[in-house]
Amino acid sequence: MAIYLAKRLLGACIVLWAVITITFGLMHAIPGGPFTQEKKLPPAVMATVEARYHLDEPLWNQYVDYVRHAAVLDLGPSYKYPGKTVNDIIAETLPVSAELGLISLFLAIGAGVLAGMAAAWYKNTWVDYGMMIGATLGVSVPSFIFAAVLIQLFAFTWPVLPAALWKGPAYVILPALALAAQPTAFIMRLTRSSLVDALGQDYIRTARSRGIGPWSLLYRHALRNALLPVVSYIGPLAAALMTGSFIVETIFAIPGLGRHFVTSIYNRDYTVILGITIFYSFLIMMMNLLVDLIYPLLDPRITVDSRKEE
Amino acid sequence: MNPLLEVRHLSISFHTYRGLLEAVHDVSITVHPGETVGIVGESGCGKSVTSQAVMKLLPQGAAEYRTGEILWEGRDLLPLSESEMNGLRGRDMAMIFQDPMTSLNPVLTIGAQLCEGLALYQKLSKQEQRTRAAELLKAVGLTSPEKRLDQYPHQLSGGMRQRCLIAMALSCSPKLLFADEPTTALDVTTEAQVLDVLKKMQAELGMAVVLISHNLGVIAQMCRRIYVMYAGTVVEEGTAEDIFYRPAHPYTKGLLASLPDPSDREKVLTGIPGQAPDLFHMPKGCRFYRRCPQAMKACMEAEPPREEAGPGHHYTCWLAAAERRRGDGTH
Repeated sequence: MAIYLAKRLLGACIVLWAVITITFGLMHAIPGGPFTQEKKLPPAVMATVEARYHLDEPLWNQYVDYVRHAAVLDLGPSYKYPGKTVNDIIAETLPVSAELGLISLFLAIGAGVLAGMAAAWYKNTWVDYGMMIGATLGVSVPSFIFAAVLIQLFAFTWPVLPAALWKGPAYVILPALALAAQPTAFIMRLTRSSLVDALGQDYIRTARSRGIGPWSLLYRHALRNALLPVVSYIGPLAAALMTGSFIVETIFAIPGLGRHFVTSIYNRDYTVILGITIFYSFLIMMMNLLVDLIYPLLDPRITVDSRKEE
Repeated sequence: MNPLLEVRHLSISFHTYRGLLEAVHDVSITVHPGETVGIVGESGCGKSVTSQAVMKLLPQGAAEYRTGEILWEGRDLLPLSESEMNGLRGRDMAMIFQDPMTSLNPVLTIGAQLCEGLALYQKLSKQEQRTRAAELLKAVGLTSPEKRLDQYPHQLSGGMRQRCLIAMALSCSPKLLFADEPTTALDVTTEAQVLDVLKKMQAELGMAVVLISHNLGVIAQMCRRIYVMYAGTVVEEGTAEDIFYRPAHPYTKGLLASLPDPSDREKVLTGIPGQAPDLFHMPKGCRFYRRCPQAMKACMEAEPPREEAGPGHHYTCWLAAAERRRGDGTH
């Protein structure tokens, strides 16, 4: 197990290095730089600023320098927010995004799995069709429309919830719903299809022949077999939700990490772009590792360490 | 003695994309307490559908009971609700299936699956359940039963899994056990062992067994009475002696002629030419006439009548009627 984990972490480091290299290259391939503005800076000022952040050095030197710092978890200073490092930015905004993201995640898993179970059990009835229409809407309606509708309904038509900002529990509800809609729909569809498959298996017929009741059939016998694809989807989804969504955070004016994904790029804030990309990649890899560790708990035929196979 | 199970004129159709498909047509089967009844026939003849129909395990929505009734100790099962059926399943009647590799839930331990059934009908503590489960595994001949309880199905061989399935089916001492091709997926040595276990458990529990197989050898070895099915109908029924020594229906005769006989090495094995009819294009008359060496005009036109060949020995064929007519003609 320890060897397996060490291997996976080593692999993650290699992937991170590749991510840094590719992002670094792409980033510098876009025209402009952090200090390019509509009103051109006097050349002397530009030179001083660039020298301060070592942007005048050859690209190769900048790259080596960055990797060396990144290796000790120093993601460098932001060019756009003077006096703040990328580490600061992540530390300040991640908790907000992670809170919103985790709430949305649990909402999506809970609602998605339950609705999927209902749709699978009442396959080809109006329950199923209703759920599937809902799921298709959930998958295809973009979150900004969903967010706008929620704000209109619950902040203006019936003013029960705040329309924006981030000041307490009530402020979480609307953005969490907007963020959870799409993953809920997706999880519902996944759960339904793999549960329908599981319910058609021989062991379900065996269980029925022994008088096992419907709830036990669905929950104990079919669901565990059906959850593997859902769990694989939840891994990367968790990483994506926890790092925030540009759209939802912008609409609800939430001071989260999500908006930095987009703003840092048009600011050419090199260190923030790299820092957030690295962080996101790392999170995805950790979530996938977690998923791989959960698999054997769901299905005893899967072992993490293939050499331990009997 | 009152019959335990009486299936009367049962017809079952399936809704498929190609239309309605009649899988079982006018089948009547009787099982008395404690006896072993065999159902033989080739693949797709409706053996499994019949047995699953009795336990109402056929996919709801897709399967439709067209005619007939299923009397369990005199009470018709067809009007019963799913939850009423659940009260009978496992306790009154149980089933073991053809493929032990897929019939056990891969993510639950053997113990968990066994105890689940035990807990349904008996008030037992967790420890009592475990003890009882281990006893059951021992009874079906599994070595180190305690260890097996904590193992998952993929850690056991096919024969061991089938024994587990038998133990599970018998856990609540049912009055009737359907064994649907219980040894088809097993090798010959394991087959013999599993059949021995079945015989032993039947003697211990005094239950009736309906053994479904396409293997005449297995049927001959186990059953007192036999039903021969062809294309969704029962073509002949009788005691094992009737079927094997005095077959009346041309299909049964054909089946026996295609069996090798170790004592007669000169015997030429003859197959039955042709194929079973497509269930979508069932012949109007006798379902066997296209392959029957003795087919006549009458066979093509109408369903054959049920004839008696001896006490308890019946078959559905036009031959007897034709012979009677010929007999009349000579007078």
